[in-house]
Amino acid sequence: MKGGGERLPAGVNPLGGTAGGARILAFGGYQPDNVVTNDDLARRVDTSDEWIRSRVGVVSRRIAGPEETVTDMATAAGGKALAGSGLSAGDIDLVIVATCSTEVPIPNVSASVAHRLGIAAPGAYDLNAACAGFCYALANASDAIRAGSARNVLVVGAERMSAWMDWDDRSTCIIFADGAGAAVVGPARAGGPDGIGPVVWGSAGDLAERITIPGRNAGLRQDGQAVFRWTTTALHPVALQACERAGVKPRDVSVFVPHQANLRIIEAIARKLGIPRERVADDIIHAGNTSSASIPLALARMAERGELEPGTPALLLGFGAGMCYAAQVVTVP
Amino acid sequence: MTDQEILAGLAEIIDEIAGVPADEVTPEKNFVEDLDIDSLSMVEIAVAAQDKFGVEIPDEQLKDLKTVQDVVNYVSKNS
Repeated sequence: MKGGGERLPAGVNPLGGTAGGARILAFGGYQPDNVVTNDDLARRVDTSDEWIRSRVGVVSRRIAGPEETVTDMATAAGGKALAGSGLSAGDIDLVIVATCSTEVPIPNVSASVAHRLGIAAPGAYDLNAACAGFCYALANASDAIRAGSARNVLVVGAERMSAWMDWDDRSTCIIFADGAGAAVVGPARAGGPDGIGPVVWGSAGDLAERITIPGRNAGLRQDGQAVFRWTTTALHPVALQACERAGVKPRDVSVFVPHQANLRIIEAIARKLGIPRERVADDIIHAGNTSSASIPLALARMAERGELEPGTPALLLGFGAGMCYAAQVVTVP
Repeated sequence: MTDQEILAGLAEIIDEIAGVPADEVTPEKNFVEDLDIDSLSMVEIAVAAQDKFGVEIPDEQLKDLKTVQDVVNYVSKNS
């Protein structure tokens, strides 16, 4: 060591991280087999297919089987993302599972998912930012790689919302569903564009009581009008800021993937951003609102159908209970 | 702002959000029964009205605003 004046070559982080940032290598998704239609729900609560389609935009959703856990679904989605990434289990050294609907508080989901996928002894934690969870976890993964805390990260959003529903509350049980989505995140290619843009995140704890699960045996409660007002007024500026920080104009993103909360919310936000409807993910129609799983699940399903254009910018926007929100622009793998 | 101006502004908003032609937005019309506007669209209309008229219409208030005239009165009284 020759004192403080020595310069490292450009792009080399003296702490061992990757100055070039991180990128998404692959997505994976999983949905339970059990399809529940609006007509199925109409047999249980006072509602109708027409009412649900017009208010929420859901036509059908998937509900986990009685023995199917958050860990099962997270493992299935994570396994697919890992397979698609071309990496092996040994390349992963951090697993983050975003979830707010685990059956029990401990053990956490992420360590079990890692074990089942053969990922030996990674850092493993669950993250609860409700429906914004995946975007929070993706930001954590990107930062960990940049800082040198991890080489490659498995990020999962997995939810079994059906276990926390009041199945007699027709204002909520028609919206939520089960599923999982995952992404493998690794270092950006040398000289390549930054694959995961800066996150713009925040929370509005003053509105926390608008979406709650008030107790172990109580179903989810939501003040629909207040949530609708918040989502359609407070969030497009967050998405705009994420675009600005990534140096991308909203109209130039190849796909906008907001949390699949409610089709009316999705369309209202997209209108305010000036993003044409055909570039807006609407996975909610056949997947329902799967909370933190909705964004990676939508991306995985679009990738499977060949609807994603590799190398182009995608705008992600997570938002939900807390009220937590996060947005970032990522490069489509 | 006159009631006539508020009505014209409101009709524009309703046309844009709910696709109801502005000339159908007359004072006696009931939002739900006559104009087929649901509670979520009412929130969007309230937000747009706030931008246009500078009058906040809170969610608690919305359930009492049943007709076009109710909104005109509310905006007129609070502006």
